[in-house]
Amino acid sequence: MKKLASTLPNMIISLVSITVVAGALLGITYSITKQPIALQQQEQQQKAIAEVAPNFDNDPESEKWETEIDGNSFTVYPARENGRLTGAAVKGSSMNGFAGEIVVMCGFEANGDIKDYRVLKQAETPGLGTKMETWFRDPSAARSVIGKNPGKMKLMVTKDPGGEIDGITAATISSRAFLETLRNAYKAFLGYEKEQPSAN
Amino acid sequence: MKNYWKILYNGIVPGNPVFVLLLGMCATLGTTSSAYNGLMMGIATAVVLVCSNIVISAIKSLVPDKVRIPAFIVVIASFVTILQLVVNAWMPALNASLGIFIPLIVVNCILLGRAEAFASKNGVTASFFDGLGSGIGFTFALVLLGASRELLGTGKIFGATIFPEDYGMLLFVLAPGAFIALGYLIAIVNKIRKTC
Amino acid sequence: MNKLTVSLSPHIHSGGSIDRCMWNVVIAMIPALGVAIYTFGLPALYVTLISVATCLLTEWAITRYMLRRPSTISNGSALITGMLLAFNLPSILPWWMVVIGGVVAIGIGKMSFGGLGGNIWNPALVGRVFLLLSFPAAMTTWPADVPSAFDATSKATANASTGATLLTHLNDTKAAPSLADYDLLDMAIGHMNGSLGEVGGIAILIGLVYLLATKTITWHIPVSVLGSAALFSWAFGGNPLLDIFAGGLLLGAVFMATDYVTSPMTHKGQLIFGFMIGFITIIIRRFGAYPEGMSFAILLMNSFVPLINRYCHPSVFGAKERRAMA
Repeated sequence: MKKLASTLPNMIISLVSITVVAGALLGITYSITKQPIALQQQEQQQKAIAEVAPNFDNDPESEKWETEIDGNSFTVYPARENGRLTGAAVKGSSMNGFAGEIVVMCGFEANGDIKDYRVLKQAETPGLGTKMETWFRDPSAARSVIGKNPGKMKLMVTKDPGGEIDGITAATISSRAFLETLRNAYKAFLGYEKEQPSAN
Repeated sequence: MKNYWKILYNGIVPGNPVFVLLLGMCATLGTTSSAYNGLMMGIATAVVLVCSNIVISAIKSLVPDKVRIPAFIVVIASFVTILQLVVNAWMPALNASLGIFIPLIVVNCILLGRAEAFASKNGVTASFFDGLGSGIGFTFALVLLGASRELLGTGKIFGATIFPEDYGMLLFVLAPGAFIALGYLIAIVNKIRKTC
Repeated sequence: MNKLTVSLSPHIHSGGSIDRCMWNVVIAMIPALGVAIYTFGLPALYVTLISVATCLLTEWAITRYMLRRPSTISNGSALITGMLLAFNLPSILPWWMVVIGGVVAIGIGKMSFGGLGGNIWNPALVGRVFLLLSFPAAMTTWPADVPSAFDATSKATANASTGATLLTHLNDTKAAPSLADYDLLDMAIGHMNGSLGEVGGIAILIGLVYLLATKTITWHIPVSVLGSAALFSWAFGGNPLLDIFAGGLLLGAVFMATDYVTSPMTHKGQLIFGFMIGFITIIIRRFGAYPEGMSFAILLMNSFVPLINRYCHPSVFGAKERRAMA
């Protein structure tokens, strides 16, 4: 078959038809994958909430409550059992990391003790700041934040005056940003409790 | 048939996209922090390369010369977007680790390079083998680079510990290590190619 | 009677050679090494010996087995690299990290580019930055029993378990240094914590005087580095003297920025080179995430040396002035 000559009508017809076919293919793929993608994201969120929050039998996501602290948005997912508040999972972020945003899902007991946390998103230095997922749950040293209550102690690195948590070696900035997120998450949790006194 | 094997072989060794042609450096340096990431990026690129090579060689006579580059790019970009949606929908773990690099396959010079240099001049079957060969060559290079960086940086290969992580040289996981490792790998590959 | 031979210029040889320059540098480094051993004890000596041995061995092995050239270790440049690398390390660094540093400094930093004269970056600094990025924790852990210059006034905030240098302290507290808290005399004679070679300010200055007296280096680079660092330290509200004596600024200005291979050839170029090193160092110290920026500053400016050489090209004697090389 002879190659089409580069005349204006030929070029227009060729490009338009290629684009139309490509567009149609993309549209079909998008409509097929739309549902699984949304499901996937929701599942991830639910999994993180279930992992960090205390026992619950409600749907935390439908009761979510949003607030803003220091310019970062925090979302409280309250956990209830038989209608009583058992705690919450709080998703919050900090822009003070070494490289971009840090997003943490942090679970609190009803009394404000940290139950568990998951780092959802971070771009810290590999091998240093990235250790935060495991570092701050190590029970062997004065690093663990699990079971600590940010209202009763200074949840800051020991390098800062009064701080009681051992920051990641050689990654003080990442450690600070992480602990800041937890402190703010605690504030968000308190804010939620204040807003919804009847629920307690 | 023998001819096709030759085309396939050409993409893997004498015309290796990374070690010989030095194409697609962005993806090569950016995604190879571990052998697994390198493998996945290589496979993703290979899939798009094979698909785009087939389609471009099939429609080559319908595309006027003057608009061939935009036409090729549209084809490549469509396949990449489809791949991205599929990965997003059914492979969340892969999506998390490769994230922003999948869209970057579009600008990988290998794809346009093979389209321009081979698929636009040859038949569908030959183009398939050419895409497959370059894809395998690219994957091979990425796995090699990823494995060396993972081993030197963290003491593991594909997550299996070879030596304790404390002895790993973090630099190799970071960007500068990618350049250093790639430089020495190219030197070694050239040395081997010369002696064979 | 000897025949008169006609040869190309130069006709009078000063007697200078690579070997002589290199050995002069080695002699100039001895006072600083002495202070290091006095401050940190025998571990300082061990680190230096391991580093020097690794560098010599790496150079010997590469010239012998990979390049198949006559050995170049007797010209002393590998010895200097080994000593300078050790000067940039904490005394309690594990021995195998020192070995890696030596292999990287000579193998990657120097021989990959073809050996002495071919390298773009100062090999010792390549080794140091490689180690700093690879083992950030170990490279910033200093012996705990060595006094930090600021201990006397701010014991409460000092991190007792890992030791700390003045610069890490400043970096943590994000404060501009002021002289009130620090004993400058202590810092100058080596009563402070840090890498081996950077603690003895006065010893380094003695080395500088020796290098200048023997005409091994000219004054342009050290003076411009220290001058611009002092200027910008003052401009950003710090204390210039404190910035000069803290960290590796003096060490870098005297021994590392002045490396022949990786510094500009003309005096004008050297002044620009030195000025930028001082500027970048202070910028990193004040605004960067790293407490010390000297090694990064020197490496960055090393990269610019070919460009500086091109634009500071002296005009040929007798030729009319022309525009910078087109």
